[in-house]
Amino acid sequence: MSTPLEHDYIGLTEKKKIPSSSSSSSSEDGKTFKETELRLGLPGSESPERKPLSGVSLSLFGNLNNNNNVMNHHVHVAGAKRGFSDAIDAKWAFSDAHGSDSDLGKPSALFSPRGAGNVVGKPPLDPKTISTQQGNSINTPASASQAIKESKPLQEKNPQLPATNEHASAPASKAQVVGWPPIRSFRKNTMASNLTKNNDEAEGKPGFGCLYVKVSMDGAPYLRKVDLKTYSNYKELSSALEKMFSCFTIGQCNSPGLPGKDGLSESSLRDLLHGSEYVLTYEDKDGDWMLVGDVPWEMFTDSCRRLRIMKGSEAIGLAPRAVEKSKSQN
Amino acid sequence: MKKAAYSFPEEVLEHVFSFIVSDKDRSSISLVCKSWYEIERWCRRKVFVGNCYAVSPPILIKRFPELRSVTLKGKPHFADFNLVPEGWGGFACPWIRAMAGAYPWLEEIRLKRMVVSDESLEIIAKSFRNFKVLVLSSCEGFTTEGLAAIAANCRNLRELDLRESEVEDLSGRWLSDFPDSYTSLESLNISCLGNEVNLLALERLVSRCPNLKTLRLNRAVPLDRLPNLLRGAPQLAELGTGAYTSEMRPDVFSNLAEAFAGCKQLKTLSGFWDVLPSYLPAVYPICSQLISLNLSYATVQSPDLIKLVSLCEKLQKLWVLDYIEDDGLEVLAASCKDLRELRVFPSDPFGLEPNVALTEQGLVSVSEGCPKLQSVLYFCRQMSNAALNTIARNRPNLTRFRLCIIEPRSPDYLTLQPLDDGFGAIVEHCKDLRRLSLSGLLTDRVFEYIGTYGKKLEMLSVAFAGDSDLGLHHVLSGCDNLRKLEIRDCPFGDKALLANAAKLETMRSLWMSSCSVSFGACKVLGQKMPRLNVEVMDESGPPDSRPESSPVEKLYVYRTVAGPRLDMPGFVWTMDDDSALRIS
Repeated sequence: MSTPLEHDYIGLTEKKKIPSSSSSSSSEDGKTFKETELRLGLPGSESPERKPLSGVSLSLFGNLNNNNNVMNHHVHVAGAKRGFSDAIDAKWAFSDAHGSDSDLGKPSALFSPRGAGNVVGKPPLDPKTISTQQGNSINTPASASQAIKESKPLQEKNPQLPATNEHASAPASKAQVVGWPPIRSFRKNTMASNLTKNNDEAEGKPGFGCLYVKVSMDGAPYLRKVDLKTYSNYKELSSALEKMFSCFTIGQCNSPGLPGKDGLSESSLRDLLHGSEYVLTYEDKDGDWMLVGDVPWEMFTDSCRRLRIMKGSEAIGLAPRAVEKSKSQN
Repeated sequence: MKKAAYSFPEEVLEHVFSFIVSDKDRSSISLVCKSWYEIERWCRRKVFVGNCYAVSPPILIKRFPELRSVTLKGKPHFADFNLVPEGWGGFACPWIRAMAGAYPWLEEIRLKRMVVSDESLEIIAKSFRNFKVLVLSSCEGFTTEGLAAIAANCRNLRELDLRESEVEDLSGRWLSDFPDSYTSLESLNISCLGNEVNLLALERLVSRCPNLKTLRLNRAVPLDRLPNLLRGAPQLAELGTGAYTSEMRPDVFSNLAEAFAGCKQLKTLSGFWDVLPSYLPAVYPICSQLISLNLSYATVQSPDLIKLVSLCEKLQKLWVLDYIEDDGLEVLAASCKDLRELRVFPSDPFGLEPNVALTEQGLVSVSEGCPKLQSVLYFCRQMSNAALNTIARNRPNLTRFRLCIIEPRSPDYLTLQPLDDGFGAIVEHCKDLRRLSLSGLLTDRVFEYIGTYGKKLEMLSVAFAGDSDLGLHHVLSGCDNLRKLEIRDCPFGDKALLANAAKLETMRSLWMSSCSVSFGACKVLGQKMPRLNVEVMDESGPPDSRPESSPVEKLYVYRTVAGPRLDMPGFVWTMDDDSALRIS
C-alpha cells in the first residue's frame, strides 16, 4: 500500500516520495497493483494487453509547469462554427468598454476550454499522459497531486478577475465551479432572490450570486440552462452559449472554422450582417424581448429572465425598440 | 409432505403476503419458487423503481399487472447541482401513457427528478378514476395548466405535493379548478410556485377539507392571510408558511399568535421566507409540540434562532442556515435531546470570507449533546481530524453523514494534513453508516478506510479527492452494500473502473464527471457488460472525434434489464455493443 504523499497545502514545496522513473517505484506498488491490473474482474475473462502509448506517458505529468497545458486537456472541437460568436464580437466590441478587464476581452484561457461556467481546478490531466502501462499508476499520485497543486495557485488568482470586472470594491465572490458547493437550484434561486429583494445590501454582498436562466434556440430540440453569474461580460456568455449550441449550428454558417476567436473572416461577417445568422435575445422582467448587448452587463443580468437564440432575420425588428426602451429607463 | 407449500390455497398465501410490505422482502418472496413468484406478482400493489432506465414500462407491466402505486426516479442525483445538462432524459410521459392503459385503478404516482409535461398530467387526470396521490419531487417541464387538469378531474385526490419542482407558473387560477364538491384533500405542497394563487379559493379549499393535515404554502401567500387559513384547518399537523413578514402591527401579530395557538396538532413548521424577526414569537406557544422545524430559508440571526430553538424541546429534525452559529448549536445541543437530524445550510457559500461564526465546533457540540443524532448535513468552512474523531466517537449511531467544507481540498485547518483520518474515524465508528459525502483535502487513504470499514455504506459522494485509481478501487472492492457512487473532479481512471466492472452490476448507478476515465475504457466497459448501460456525456462533440485515450467529460453507468435507452439527446452516447457501428 503506497503511503500517501504529504501535501503542502500552500503548494510551495512538494515532497515527492516516489521518484519519477517508473522502474524503481514499480517494485513497491507494483505488487498491490498487480491485483488491479487491467482486467475486467469477470471470472475467466482476460482482457487483452494494452499497447502502451508511445513515449509521452510519464514525463508529461512531471513537467506540467505550463498552466495552459494543465487546463487544456480537452481538445476543443475544431471547426466549431464561429459565426455566432463573431456576430457577438462585432456587435459588442465596444460594449466591453463597460469596464471589463482587457484580459477578458479575449476569450480567457481560463474559461474557454471547458464551456459554460467551468473553472480551473479540474484534475489537470493531459490526455496523452493517460497511459495504460502498469507502471504509470505509480506515478499518478505524485504527478496528479503536483499538477493539482499547480492549478491551485491559478485558482487563487481567479477571484481577482471578476473583482476587477465589477465596480464593487468588496472582494467579490470567487469564480464559481459548476455545481459546487452542492446546493440545489431551488435553494440557490430562493436565496438569490432574497438578496435582490434587499437591494441596498446587494452591492456589498456577493451572496448567492446564482442566476439560472433557460436558453432556447430556434430549431434546437431542447433547452439549456446557464447561470448568468458565472460570466462577467457578454463575451464570456456568448462563447459559452456558442459552445453549448454549436452542434446545432453545423451547416448554418459559412465561416471556415477558424480555431481562434480573433480571426474573423470578411465573408462570414458579411453573412452575419445580412441576417442569415443567429442573434441572441432575452426576455426581461417586463416580458419584453430585447436584443442582448444594448445595456450594461449588470443591468442585463438583473433583468434577464430567459434567453433565446433567434434567427437573425427575425430579430431585426427588435433593435429599435430595445434601444428606445433602455433609453427611457435611463 | 413435499407438496405442503403448494397445498396452501393461493388466497391464503396472498393474504399472508399482504403483510409483507418492504420491497426487499417481497423480492425475496418472489424468489422462493415459481408459484410464489406468480402469486406475489399478481398481488403486488406497490413498486419502487430507483432508476427509470433500469427497466421499461412494458417489462414492469408484464410482471406486475395490478399495481396501485408506482414510484420512479429519473435523473442522477448530481442533476440537483446542475451537472446534468438539460434534455438528458428522465421523461415521465412514456411511463404515464403505458400505465394509463395498464392500470386503470392506479392510485399513486411519485416521481423524482423527472421531466413531466402538461400532457402527462392531463393523462393522469383523465385515466385513473381512483387517483389519490401525486408527488412530483424536483421535477420540471410542466405548467400550472397541467395542475389545473389535476385539480379539475381528480375527485379522489388526497395528496398533491410539488416539492422543489420547477413549475412554469402561468397563473394562480388553477387552484380554483378544484370543484366545490371536492373535500378529500389531505396534503398540499405548493411551496415551489412563484406566483400568487387565488387566495380566496385557497381559503375555501382549506376550510372544506376536514382531513387536511399538511399545507405548505408558497412565498407569495402573505402573512396576514395565514391566520384565516389556520383557523380553517385547526387539525393541521404540518404547515409551511408563506412569506413571514408584514408591516409590524400588533393586531396582525396577535391574530397570528392566536391562530397558531389554535393548532393543537401542529408538529411540523417550514417556509419562513423573508422573516421579520419580530413575528417569530407568534409561534412560541406551539414550539413545545414541534418535532420538525425547517428554518433553512429564514435569514434571521443567531439570537432569534436561539430563542426559538430553545423552546422546542421535542424537536427531532432541524434544518437551519449557518446564521445559527456555533453558539446556537450549543443551545440546540442543550435543549433538544431528541434531535435525530440536523442540516445546516450556508448563507453565503460563494463569499470568500466566512460571514458567520460557524465552525466545526457547532457540529461537535451537537454530537455531544444529542444522543439520538443520526443524520447530518453540514456546510462549513473549516474542519479538523480531531473534530471528526470526536464526532465519530460521540455518535457511533450516525447513519447519514454529509459534510461539505466549502473550499475544495481544504486540509485540517489545525495541522494542514488531509482529513483522511477524520473521515476514517467516522466510517470506523459509525458501523451503520449508510450515506456519506466527503469534502476537504483527501488522499487515497480515506478510500482505504471507507473500503475497509464502510460495509453498510449504500451511497457515497466524492468531490476533489483522491490521488489515483487505488482510491476508487478501494471503494468498489470494499463496500459490499454500495448502491450509488457519484464522483466528480477526482483523478480516478480506467484501471479501477475496469477491474471492478462486475461490481457495477450490483449497484444502481455510478456517476463520474471530470475524472480521468478514457473513452476507450468506456467502450470496453460497454461492450463487455451487456447488462450495464454505459453512457458518455460530452457537450463539445462526439467522443470519437478525439483520441481514445481522451478522458470523457461525464460518465453515467447503471444496471438495466431494458437495454440502451432510445431517448438520448445529442450529447449522450451509449457504449453498447453496437456503439462501434453507431459512432463513425
